[in-house]
Amino acid sequence: MIELVDVCKAFGRQRVLNHLDLAVEKGETTVIIGRSGGGKSVLLRHLIGLMKPDCGQVLVDGQDLARMNNRQLKEIRKSFGMLFQDAALFDSMNVGDNVAFPLREHTRKRRAEIRDIVEEKLASVGLSGVSDKMPSELSGGMRKRVGLARALALDPHIILFDEPTTGLDPLMADAIDTLIRDTQARTGATCVVISHDLAGAFKIAHHIAMLYEGRIIAKGTPDEIRNTEDPVVRQFVEGRADGPIKVV
Amino acid sequence: MLGRPFLALVEGFGRIAVLFFSAMAWAFRPPFRLRLLVKQLEFVGVRSFWVVVITGAFTGMVIALQTYYGFRMFSAESLVGGILALSVTRELGPVITALVVAGRAGSAIAAELGTMRVTQQIDALASMAVDPVQYLVTPRILAGIVMLPLLVVMADFVGYVGGYFVGVKLLGINSGMFMAKTLELMEMSDLMNGLVKAAVFGLILTTVGCYKGYYTSGGAEGVGRATTDAVVISSLAILISDYFLTAVMF
Ligand SMILES: Nc1ncnc2c1ncn2[C@@H]1O[C@H](COP(=O)(O)OP(=O)(O)O)[C@@H](O)[C@H]1O
Ligand SMILES: [Mg+2]
Repeated sequence: MIELVDVCKAFGRQRVLNHLDLAVEKGETTVIIGRSGGGKSVLLRHLIGLMKPDCGQVLVDGQDLARMNNRQLKEIRKSFGMLFQDAALFDSMNVGDNVAFPLREHTRKRRAEIRDIVEEKLASVGLSGVSDKMPSELSGGMRKRVGLARALALDPHIILFDEPTTGLDPLMADAIDTLIRDTQARTGATCVVISHDLAGAFKIAHHIAMLYEGRIIAKGTPDEIRNTEDPVVRQFVEGRADGPIKVV
Repeated sequence: MLGRPFLALVEGFGRIAVLFFSAMAWAFRPPFRLRLLVKQLEFVGVRSFWVVVITGAFTGMVIALQTYYGFRMFSAESLVGGILALSVTRELGPVITALVVAGRAGSAIAAELGTMRVTQQIDALASMAVDPVQYLVTPRILAGIVMLPLLVVMADFVGYVGGYFVGVKLLGINSGMFMAKTLELMEMSDLMNGLVKAAVFGLILTTVGCYKGYYTSGGAEGVGRATTDAVVISSLAILISDYFLTAVMF
């Protein structure tokens, strides 16, 4: 269970999160939608302690990340996996070493065992036999899938995805969404996915939350969101430029 | 009224110091990342070898030439060996080597860490429960502190040999006198103090490179800015600290 309570975050005068509350159900997928530049990545970074809130609490299983010291943070991060927006693969390492990295850092497994796990994780994202390639040799979709394999390496309980399908062609985007849904179903992990791709969100989400002007203004099942009366959420879901949200 | 630029300078100093001390604290805590250290020793040291040899040799040669023309006016050519040894070991070896390495390795460190920052690789490290300062910064600073003195020993040596070649072989100074004056004027402490300077310069250029890279923002343009800044700031810091180190040591 992850809970954000009254979280604020500002950069200089710009208030990005403004007394935000959000509860993420354990073992389910919550998709957070919202406009570009609306603070979705900032929100996600708070969930893993990469940013600290100016006020409020970030509770993971009842413990407040915002008050943890480095050692405690490090310990709790071992149960997290995160897929970054552009995958953030280490470009000085080949694909196999990227996926092996968390295993080498945090387990005492032997070389052969690590190699087997790496192959298994890569196979589970549909990429076999690319271990020796460098990240720069891969397409965007392949990089994301390698990033996913790396995020899954330690079998995390909580997986965070920052725009996993942005910038991909529709077929690849659908393949990634399917991968996320299957991974969640297989592992029972708690998943938080950031997206502005509504079709994908409806496909993978148990819950959808909308971030608008620094707060979660609506949260519900995909059906509830689809049929909402809230004019702001309606405008976003229908993808219209005119409405309560000022677009330009 | 202190003014904004001054405050920014003080703040920058503070943040560099914090980065440096946390990197050093991590050096004494496991996991010890020997393989990363070796890689950085190679990058900062071994790959600067030839450029340091060449700059060192020509520095020694030009010093021999200049002092010869100067001292000939007083018929004191025999002093060239001693002056050469002193100026190379005390000043030119450490300073020129440090400036060259700042341009070569300091800038590369800033560019590499800057790229990792803007492509979120540093966040990825942290998200995988690896401390990015320990993983990235500590080995680079240690490599600077260890490798600069070794490079400077090399630069001192080829500088002296280059100066000897110009003074004795080209300009005809008596070889025995050249050596005798060297031994008479120079002491072991000159060499050692030069190496202490080298270690400080190594610390400065790697710390500044890491700082600029680690705190890069603003995409590819930001990486470019970090790289240039790293070279400019570390060059200034090397020359300024050289004055104060000299004032304290000699
Ligand atoms: N480290 C930072 N420093 C300053 N401003 C930031 C930082 N991170 C994000 N912002 C600002 O916060 C706002 C929200 O950014 P972000 O969370 O990345 O949006 P998105 O919803 O597209 O992911 C943006 O205006 C961005 O400029
Ligand atoms: Mg974002």
